[in-house]
Amino acid sequence: MFPRSTHSRGRAVGIAAVALTVALTAAGCANGGGGGPSGTGGGDDSGSDANLSIAFLPKNLGNPYFETSNAGGERAIEEFGGEYQEVGPTEASPDAQVSFINTLTQQQVGGIVISANDPNAVCDALNEARELDIKVVTFDSDTDSECRDLFINQADAEGIAKVQVDLITEQIGDSGQIAILSASANATNQNAWIELMQEELEANHPDVELVEVAYGDDDDQKSFDQTAALLQTYPELKGIISPTTVGIAAAARYLSTSEFKGKVALTGLGTPNQMREYVEDGTVTSFALWNPEDLGYLAAYAAKALIEGEISGEEGESFEAGDLGEYEVGANATVLLGDPFVFDAENIGEFDF
Amino acid sequence: MSVASSARRPSPVLSGLRSVVTAREFGIFLALALVIVAATVRNPSFVFSNDGSRDLLLTPAILVLLAIGQAIVIITRNVDLSVGSILGLSAYLVGSIFVAAPGLPYPLAILAGVLLGALLGLVNGALIAIAKVPALVITLGTLYAFRGINVLWAGGDRINAGDMPDDFLALGTARLLGVPYLSLLALAVLVAAGWYLRNLRSGRELYAIGSDPAAANLYGLPVTRRVFAAFVVSGALAGLAGVLYAARYGTVSSQAGSGFELNAVAAAVIGGVAIFGGSGTVWGAAIGAVLLLTINRALPILGVPAFWQRAVVGGLIIGAIILDRVLAVRQSRRLLAEREGGS
Repeated sequence: MFPRSTHSRGRAVGIAAVALTVALTAAGCANGGGGGPSGTGGGDDSGSDANLSIAFLPKNLGNPYFETSNAGGERAIEEFGGEYQEVGPTEASPDAQVSFINTLTQQQVGGIVISANDPNAVCDALNEARELDIKVVTFDSDTDSECRDLFINQADAEGIAKVQVDLITEQIGDSGQIAILSASANATNQNAWIELMQEELEANHPDVELVEVAYGDDDDQKSFDQTAALLQTYPELKGIISPTTVGIAAAARYLSTSEFKGKVALTGLGTPNQMREYVEDGTVTSFALWNPEDLGYLAAYAAKALIEGEISGEEGESFEAGDLGEYEVGANATVLLGDPFVFDAENIGEFDF
Repeated sequence: MSVASSARRPSPVLSGLRSVVTAREFGIFLALALVIVAATVRNPSFVFSNDGSRDLLLTPAILVLLAIGQAIVIITRNVDLSVGSILGLSAYLVGSIFVAAPGLPYPLAILAGVLLGALLGLVNGALIAIAKVPALVITLGTLYAFRGINVLWAGGDRINAGDMPDDFLALGTARLLGVPYLSLLALAVLVAAGWYLRNLRSGRELYAIGSDPAAANLYGLPVTRRVFAAFVVSGALAGLAGVLYAARYGTVSSQAGSGFELNAVAAAVIGGVAIFGGSGTVWGAAIGAVLLLTINRALPILGVPAFWQRAVVGGLIIGAIILDRVLAVRQSRRLLAEREGGS
């Protein structure tokens, strides 16, 4: 969901693993018997040409991120006159979504829009739904590509790297020293982005020098202390990029109470709720992330296009997505939402996730 | 008698100085001074800048509180591994209170955090007293149990700075005459705990219990009650540390404070608190805590890669334990020699 690495949280993961195992065992028993639809099903919709009943299945309910994205989906479905519903588990455990998929299959909805808790655990259930001609769109978190018709990708690595470099260079006047505060040293996403950022800096910003990549391990305290160390070690530092939601919030917290507030720019990937305080007090000018509302909106339109047979998931096909305009299906049945969304003092009040 | 002793001690000032210099804590203090001087020579802003001087005093405050509690427990030949999890729960509770009741005066939230910590310490103490199982095992269990409750409670949510009132967050950085409030608070707790352990009968009994629990029991000391109280105090201090964590870092997730328990034990051990109980002071533990965190902040400035920081801390712990052992052997030899000579 959010760009924060899951490495190096050993103990907590251990605890979670134990809890999960228990939950899995219990859920497994419950599901064991009655998997899959009962075969006969409905099929009463033959009268209308398209069944625009679309169900959103988030990782878990009560999660502000998905509440935002699903609100976007609901808006889209209202626009094209479909029927919206949201179902989902209360906890984001790997196979918690299976029983919901089975129920939706029995209800014969037209499409399922899902953010998968696990790329494999939901596969069988989704494929059973697809056999009954229910269209499956994944968003935010994909399944294996054999189990869905389309994946709506929130952002690609190039876009994420570029927007952060653009923001920081704009804020420091395109010259001077900057540093990166990352998650852990072995975080795959962050390392890929950092590499692309370095390339972008070298290619287009010759006067900007990246002096250090520090690692806060996605730990509030460590990121906080690393920010202090960066500011102290490089008195000439003009900006910090933190491509992780934990890092940017911790860095903002340190900066907001430091003598460098307003003098050292900070940007990166963050969520509006975490960053609101610091945008309002002037510590942070702008930061980026995708807009989950647009993500849900686009996913709903993609489901509609699939249901109506406008697209089938082949590369090169295109469809209309309301306010967002036209989108093209890319390789591997994937649609890219577009460039990350930039949050600043002007628009942060409109978001709550 | 008095003549003889005054003849042996020529000057009280000199002997006072000598007792300071030979104190177990002095070596750690020297190491701390060395680290600060080295970092300052390399980069004067380590001490001589607004942020630098503040962070020097402020950063260790939370760990100092945990180390004081840990030292009290270790002195009784026990250990409290659950303090990091208690800190996390207390920090999350404080944040949740502010979310639920935004207008609440913050001293009440602080009180709630401390009380929760004391309550969890009470659980530890009760389990140890009733089950008669070593504290290491019980608190290892509660380390996971308390963290599990926290994960269950918080899930993927976190408390953000925007959820907490400004005057509470200001506590995390505000200063009185250049000294941060949090540091003053930690110092006040340190002085109180140090005085208690040194001067009060029940404080001395903690050392007696740690030196030889069986003998303390035979002698009629209330061993169970004292150990129980030590865990409640350790829990309450961890609860207080949780409140400070929320004020200082402004973000609380279900992982707040994970791993702190080992830092607290390390601080106590480095500060000369014997891991088998019966000796050491909270002063030493506090200096150990300051040393640990100051090293963490100084190494990047000295150009040592972050990856080496843990190795340095490990070296310090082993060094402290070896030193402890050497001192113990030497002292027992000296005591033996004195007895031989006396008879």
